[in-house]
Amino acid sequence: MSQPTLTLSRARHSLGPWARIAGLTVCALLTLGPVVWTVSTSLRTPAESFELPPQIIPVHPSTAAYHGVFEQIDVWLLALNSTLVTALVALGQMVTAGLAGYAFARLDFRFKKPLFGLVLATMMVPLQVTIVPVFLVLKSTGLTDTLLGLIVPAFPTAFGTFLMRQYFLGMPKDLGEAAMLDGAGPWRIFRSVYAPLARPGLAIVGVLAFNYHWNEFFRPLILETSGQNYTLPLGLVSLQGNLGTGSISVVLAGVVLSMIPAVAVFVVGQRPLREGITSAGVNR
Amino acid sequence: MTDTGTRIPAVRTRAASPGAAAVRPSARERGTRLLAALFLAPTVVGIVVFTVVPIVGSVVLSLFHWNVIDAPGFAGTANYREIFSDSTVLVSFRNTLVFMVFAVAAQLLIALGLALTLNGRMPAWLRSVFRSAFFFPLVLSAASISVVMKYLFNQDFGVVNWLIGLFGLAPVPWLTSEHGAMATVVIVYVWQQFGFSFLLFVGGLNNIPKEIHEAAALDGATGLRKHLAVTLPLLSPTLLVASVVGIINALQVFEQPYVLTDGGPGDSTRTVVMVIYEKAFEQLRFGEASAVGVLLFVLIMAVTALQFRLSRRFVHYQ
Repeated sequence: MSQPTLTLSRARHSLGPWARIAGLTVCALLTLGPVVWTVSTSLRTPAESFELPPQIIPVHPSTAAYHGVFEQIDVWLLALNSTLVTALVALGQMVTAGLAGYAFARLDFRFKKPLFGLVLATMMVPLQVTIVPVFLVLKSTGLTDTLLGLIVPAFPTAFGTFLMRQYFLGMPKDLGEAAMLDGAGPWRIFRSVYAPLARPGLAIVGVLAFNYHWNEFFRPLILETSGQNYTLPLGLVSLQGNLGTGSISVVLAGVVLSMIPAVAVFVVGQRPLREGITSAGVNR
Repeated sequence: MTDTGTRIPAVRTRAASPGAAAVRPSARERGTRLLAALFLAPTVVGIVVFTVVPIVGSVVLSLFHWNVIDAPGFAGTANYREIFSDSTVLVSFRNTLVFMVFAVAAQLLIALGLALTLNGRMPAWLRSVFRSAFFFPLVLSAASISVVMKYLFNQDFGVVNWLIGLFGLAPVPWLTSEHGAMATVVIVYVWQQFGFSFLLFVGGLNNIPKEIHEAAALDGATGLRKHLAVTLPLLSPTLLVASVVGIINALQVFEQPYVLTDGGPGDSTRTVVMVIYEKAFEQLRFGEASAVGVLLFVLIMAVTALQFRLSRRFVHYQ
């Protein structure tokens, strides 16, 4: 790379570092532009929000749109519903995937291979293909149009189970064997030896579940019919529908509010999120 | 049957190891099996109830006429014949395939270009700023982002037409013309999704040993030629994964066309999943909706299988 004789030919064939950085900057601006526009337009008055050119820093900053969105829709209720669904699904997935992943990685039992094969095979199945029967099952148990109907079916996670199995397989076997020699039973070995080491893996499962279910739209759209059970994305789309093109900044204020937890997780949990997204691809 | 065979030696080695004699192997084995059953129950029962049974259910439902209100009646292949003569269904499959080709190609090219460019020399902090920026859209809700984009792509007061107007170009009827609407759905989808392929490529590039680049440089391979001759073949397993997952996801596109265009103008952006949704939950034709779902599933399986078959010729594992 650093051979002096090669610098000349490299300069001819590849972009200089500044051109490269400039190109990446333009792409980064295009990527973040719509988000910046959303935030700045939400801070304009509803009357000014149509006006062009767009302002990065609003000339007349106003929180009127934020007051407006609280008047138009019950933001607190939507946020509470979204939080309940997302938190319980994330917790539930961490529990089910942690336990099943451990069983597949570290316990001996009959039909281990075919069971694991079954779990892996269901990773390929798109949600949309199963949604009609799932809807009918939930309807027959009275769980449609309840938050529980959104939460419980999301507990089992084939991908999370796969991820946790890999995670437990990566831990040294000697730890468990040493504990066994000390007389620990299978439960003690899990509880005191391996479970405490699994936190980073569980964090990946939790962050991925949060990211997916906080933003989820398709299942809530089908399962939740009354407004009191709407989650944030559903509430925002119906807010836009109700207002038509009437007041951009009010809708955008709602979008900004709904983004806050996702952005917080992006900042705090960027590493597990990135690892999870990458393994989501690699493992399929 | 073979499981029993493999389990017994494992138990014997444990019993034979010093100190383990205090624990009766059969009791420990029973304890392990009970624990395994308890640990697996939530996941296995859940997957059977909410995925395995529904798949079978979809196939069965696709053979029945059912609107939930009246008793279901056996239909045989009538639902399939019905959807094959339904122009909306046929158009939705064509739209979804067209969308998939453009969206996946754009997603992979943009992500690959950015990952390769980011791989060049630059300060570490700048690299991580760019990396964060490119995958940020992934954490946002596709539905909410589509609400935002609907304003940005508005023909009369949208920022996109204002921007291209600065270059002296005429306003584009993004959401109100057939080609414009499809293009908008592709752009909005790719804007949000390219970060996924990008992260895969960044990971794949990090896995290529530095010595290979150095050896290539010593042999005189540089710039674009080095990428074509050295980097891409080494990246081909990642390319396969990114394209398989990209295609599977693209075939299921729903939020963007639902919010941006509601399938219009006409049926020009109606996708397969939109048709499943409309047939089942707006028209209460559960049999037909299931038949469309089964076809989508078959399509996804077929495309994936084809891709792995083709890839045997092009993917190089180190």
